[in-house]
Amino acid sequence: MRKSFGDPVADDLRFVVKTVVGEENFIDMAPNKSNNYCCGGGGGYLQSGYTDARRAYGSLKAEQILATGAAYCITPCHNCHAQVHDLSEIREHAWQTVHLWTIICLALGILGENEREYLGDDLKEVLMYPAE
Amino acid sequence: MGEPAIKITGKSVFMDKVKDLLPEGGNLNLCLTCGACSSGCPATGLEGMDPRKFLRMAALGMDEEISSTPWVWMCSMCTRCVYVCPMKINIPQLIFHARKTWPRDQRPKGILGSCDMALRSDTCSAMGATEEDFQFVVEDVLSEYQEAQPEFAEMQAPLNKVGAEFYLNQNSREPVTEPDEMVPLWKILHLVGADWTYGTKGWAAENYCLFLADDENWEKIVRTKVKAVEDLKCKVWLNTE
Repeated sequence: MRKSFGDPVADDLRFVVKTVVGEENFIDMAPNKSNNYCCGGGGGYLQSGYTDARRAYGSLKAEQILATGAAYCITPCHNCHAQVHDLSEIREHAWQTVHLWTIICLALGILGENEREYLGDDLKEVLMYPAE
Repeated sequence: MGEPAIKITGKSVFMDKVKDLLPEGGNLNLCLTCGACSSGCPATGLEGMDPRKFLRMAALGMDEEISSTPWVWMCSMCTRCVYVCPMKINIPQLIFHARKTWPRDQRPKGILGSCDMALRSDTCSAMGATEEDFQFVVEDVLSEYQEAQPEFAEMQAPLNKVGAEFYLNQNSREPVTEPDEMVPLWKILHLVGADWTYGTKGWAAENYCLFLADDENWEKIVRTKVKAVEDLKCKVWLNTE
């Protein structure tokens, strides 16, 4: 967002997320939008072979996520998803990392059994489509 | 009398070269040494480096050091340093050009291999998925969902639909390793009635030649993808990356 569309699009995404999860369930991290820190999944990092450096880089992001206390982190970008998921895995799965499309379809009640790879046990069976 | 001032003898060929390439010289001469860049950079401290230090070393002509530190691959070029810089100095561009000083075959193998793989076919897939592979996976997954989920019996995942409004690309990871993850997006596009298509050519969203700092092949991949979108006469190219 910082590099391309800027904060207005970051606000659009917040509108989407708040609509699907409910305003009361959305917790922004700090800092956020253009002041936010990169998670470290981009720029070729994931393929660079510098795994320890990538995880050290990502520790700032991990601390931000942990500070929210949120159970789920929504990552609309692919590289972010892979990196944030990895950062969680090396912290004994401290949070779940989901694509935006997963949480939209869950809220719409159209998320099937095989589309729930990244949901935690708390949501694995919720609003299952098709209904049993 | 204090110590005499340090005499700078090194002349940075590297930084001068980058300055010539960037609009306004990337403002590379304007550093106030405030450190706002480094204080908010997640790569600060890795390899004993940080953005301010890197820029100062370039300004001091320490070309050998900045063209050999692996730190250039540990910066994700997120541009937060530019965002907070009072002088808007383009440090990420300096780093990108430092990546280019590495002999191509000595750049990180994973990035190099992904770039080279993408160059092997018009799909641009860094995982080597072919046009046939992609078509098979999309059609196979679609028919499975059309059958299993009644509300989506009419859902389509068009391939090479000429004149569609949106050309959608897809990270190779999904068709290759987790094809079910393509489906939620199809469902959303179906429900909103979007007129979209995949292309068997140029469908792979990733571009590792960009990260490799291989300009020629970065451009080649972008052009291959643009051609795929234009050949199908699509109006909007939707990049899911």
